[in-house]
Amino acid sequence: MAAAAASTYKDRQFLAVIGDEDSVTGLLLAGIGHVTDPPDAQRNFLVVDAKTENSEVERAFKSFTEERKDIAVVLINQHIAERIRHSVDTFTEPFPAVLEIPSKDHPYDPEKDSVLKRVRRLFGE
Amino acid sequence: MSGAVGREPVFPTRQSLGLMKAKLKGAEVGHSLLKRKSEALTKRFREITRRIDEAKQKMGRVMQIAAFSLAEVSYAVGGDIGYQIQESAKQARFRVRAKNENVSGVYLPQFESYTEEGVNDFGLTGLGKGGQQIQRCRETYARAVETLVELASLQTAFLILDEVIKVVNRRDINSELDELDREEFYRLKKVSNKKQRDNAAADAEILAARERAAEKAAQNGTPPVAEAEEPETTDVLGEQEDNDVIF
Repeated sequence: MAAAAASTYKDRQFLAVIGDEDSVTGLLLAGIGHVTDPPDAQRNFLVVDAKTENSEVERAFKSFTEERKDIAVVLINQHIAERIRHSVDTFTEPFPAVLEIPSKDHPYDPEKDSVLKRVRRLFGE
Repeated sequence: MSGAVGREPVFPTRQSLGLMKAKLKGAEVGHSLLKRKSEALTKRFREITRRIDEAKQKMGRVMQIAAFSLAEVSYAVGGDIGYQIQESAKQARFRVRAKNENVSGVYLPQFESYTEEGVNDFGLTGLGKGGQQIQRCRETYARAVETLVELASLQTAFLILDEVIKVVNRRDINSELDELDREEFYRLKKVSNKKQRDNAAADAEILAARERAAEKAAQNGTPPVAEAEEPETTDVLGEQEDNDVIF
């Protein structure tokens, strides 16, 4: 089991982000942005604003979590995770790690975090 | 496994008493080992959940500071740099690698961040003005991302441990049942192997006898009918049930 698990995360080296413009800009400044080689160039970030369709967010989330095998961590703004809450909650694989992060306009609410919800439930709070 | 009987089907002999005792001993040792493993994992698990809670709080603060430094940047640059940044991102400078940590036989991956040297997509960003702010903002965000990576490994460890603890706690029962099944299967297989071997031996014997009889018949010139009358010296207690009668 351990050997199989090792091969699933050894090549994961990038972070991906789904977020509003400010969050994405900031994280890109930190240097996480990556575009894959030309034949099918894929970005590892998606800027979501009020006009972005939920289906597009969903597609990006699916592609980061299921299709791409080189992503170790998916960062997603909490208010955007809220829009595709079902997908986020049903994704329970350990890889990639899905992390809900606060954004500038939406302070962090621990009550909504899918992992923290599990933590709370385990301790019966 | 087999019906709702609360008792093992044991034939009362001394041998099976010994067997049962050995089995009980094995089960007890196995149980205590698993229990210790489960406890070690649970301890680790609780520690991790506590750290997740802390890290999440910290993340809130760090991200706030980072957002503020980004606001400084847009103020200094005097416009939106988001588009420019998104277009010039090509190669990730900030990457993670995973390494393993072993907790009672469970491998927990840990992400470790590192920067790829020689990659700089934003060399020209802020060349006109606000370069200093941008530099500062990059550093702030790099620190923030480090916190996030740390949190991500905690979270992954949490998910894996959660799963493993469930499995370990369940394994007491399942592995015991599996073992019983395996034993029974092995026994049946042995029995059928033995039967096959015996049958093959018996077949070979019959064949040899038949050949001998045929030879004898050819030498004597008597018709092969005599073969049936010839007293076959096979043991009656042997395995073969029905001899083929050949006329």
